[in-house]
Amino acid sequence: MLILKSNDIKSSEITDYDVYQDRRRFMKNAAGIGIAGVSGLPIVEALAKGTASPYSTSEKPTEYEAITEYCNFYEFGTGKSDPAKNAHSLVTSPWNVVVEGECEKPGKYSLEDLLKPMNIEERVYRFRCVEGWSMVIPWMGFQLSDLIKRMQPTSKAKYVYFETLLDPEHMPGQKRAVLDWPYVEGLRMDEAMNPLTLMGTGIYGKDLLNQNGAPLRLVVPWKYGFKSIKSIARIRFLETQPVNSWQKANKHEYGFFSNVNPNVSHPRWSQRKERRIGQFRKIKTQMFNGYGEQVASLYSGMDLKKYF
Amino acid sequence: MQLPEPYFTRVFKPVLFILLLSPALYYGVAFWQDQLGANPLEAIIRGLGDWGLRILLITLLVSPLRRVLNWPQVLRTRRMLGLFAYFYVVLHLLGYLWFDQFFDWEEIWFDILERPFITVGMIAFVLLTPLAITSTKGMIRRLGKKWKHLHTLIYPASILAVLHFWWMVKLDKREPLIYAFILAILLGERLFRKVRSTKRYTSLRRH
Repeated sequence: MLILKSNDIKSSEITDYDVYQDRRRFMKNAAGIGIAGVSGLPIVEALAKGTASPYSTSEKPTEYEAITEYCNFYEFGTGKSDPAKNAHSLVTSPWNVVVEGECEKPGKYSLEDLLKPMNIEERVYRFRCVEGWSMVIPWMGFQLSDLIKRMQPTSKAKYVYFETLLDPEHMPGQKRAVLDWPYVEGLRMDEAMNPLTLMGTGIYGKDLLNQNGAPLRLVVPWKYGFKSIKSIARIRFLETQPVNSWQKANKHEYGFFSNVNPNVSHPRWSQRKERRIGQFRKIKTQMFNGYGEQVASLYSGMDLKKYF
Repeated sequence: MQLPEPYFTRVFKPVLFILLLSPALYYGVAFWQDQLGANPLEAIIRGLGDWGLRILLITLLVSPLRRVLNWPQVLRTRRMLGLFAYFYVVLHLLGYLWFDQFFDWEEIWFDILERPFITVGMIAFVLLTPLAITSTKGMIRRLGKKWKHLHTLIYPASILAVLHFWWMVKLDKREPLIYAFILAILLGERLFRKVRSTKRYTSLRRH
C-alpha cells in the first residue's frame, strides 16, 4: 500500500478538497472527544491514515492539484511544470536507501524495511520556496529522529547527509549538468533530530507522487524548500559539514542553513514577502517560516546574516 | 522583394497586427479560464516579458531584413513592431508593479536597488520610453537627424533586456542564451557593416 505506483492514481480518485477538509475535521473531533475507540469503519480508516499533530498548522492547505503540478525537481527539468510531465519515468519500486558513515547500523535498507516500524502521521506544514512562493502542505510521514535513533549514530556523527537517486536513465534532467548530480543536502544533527523534521511519504493521505519526491523525501518546514531533498537513496552520518547542491552551484546565493529569513534578501527575490499559491495578494514571510518557537534556539548566538 | 501595395497595407500589416496582439489576448483568456497553472500571476508577468523581448528583437530584425531581401516596404512595419514591444514591456512592468508588489513603492525601490536584474530591467524600460513617445510622424519630422540618433537607444535597451532575463534565471541559462545569441547576431551584423563602411570611407579618402 505504501508504495502504490503514483501514475496509477486517476485524478478522479484524488480526494476532493472539501471532502478532505471534512475528514480532517472529523479526525480532529474524533481525537479530541476521544471516541476513536468506538467501532466504526470511518474512524479506523481515518486513524490508519494519520492523526492530527500538534505541529500542524490550521491554515488552509493548498490545492492538491497545485502541489502536484507546480514543483522544482531539476532531475526532471528546470521548468515548474516539467516534473509533473516527466517524473512518471522514475522507478520507485523496488527502492533502497543506503545508510552509511558514522553509525552502528549501516546497510542497504529496502523502503518497506525502513517504514515498517515507523508511525506514519499527518503534519500540515507551511512550505516556503526560496523563489518567493509558498504552500501549505498536508504531509504524511514520520519524524527523521525516529530513523536516526534506529541507525544509532556514533558520537562522531555531527551532520546528516542526504543524496537523491542518481539515475539519468529515468531522471532525464540528470543528463544535463545544470547541477552537480546527484542532488545532495545536509542537516546539522540537532536540526535533523528536531521533532519538526519529517521524512515525507505522502501528501493529502496519498503516497507521494514522483514529482513530489517519491517514495521518500525530507521535509524541513523552517528552511527554504530546496533543503527538503527528494527521492532519497542515501543517508550518511558525517563528522564535518557537507556542501549541499545549491551552495555548490552558487555559494553567494545559497548557504548551508538556508533558514527562511525575511531579513536576508536574495539577489533575485525579496524574502520579505511570499506568494501563497492560490492567493492573490502576497503575505509577509515569517522568521523561520513561523516555526521560531520550535527552532530558534538551534541558532542562538549565530549570526544568521553570515550563516544564511 | 516587394508586395503589391494594397496587399501590403490591407492584408500584411493587419495580419501582423493581429499576430502581435495575440499573445496578450492569449494571456487574458487563459487567465480568465484558469489555464495558467498554479501560479498564474507569475506566468502572466513572465509571459509578457518574454513577448516584450521577442518583439524587441524582431524590431531589430527589420533593417537587416530590408537589406538582405532588398525589401524596403518592411521598414513600414518597424514602428508597429517597436510600439508592440513597448506595449508588452509596459504590461510586463505593470504586472510586476501590481501582482508582484501591489504598488508598495518602498518595496519596489528596494527591489530596484537590491536586485540587479530589476535594476537593468528598469533601465531598459526607461531607455525605451522616449522611443515610444517620439514614434509619431510629427516627432520624426520635428527631431530630424536627432531622431535617428535618439533611436539608437534601442541597442543598449535590448542588451539590458537580455541581461535582465539572464540575471533573473537561477541556473538553467539555455533560454536567455538563445536570446543573447540572436541579439549578438543582430548587433554584430550592424557593427560589422559600420566597421566595413568606415574602412571603405577612409581608404577612399586616402586615394
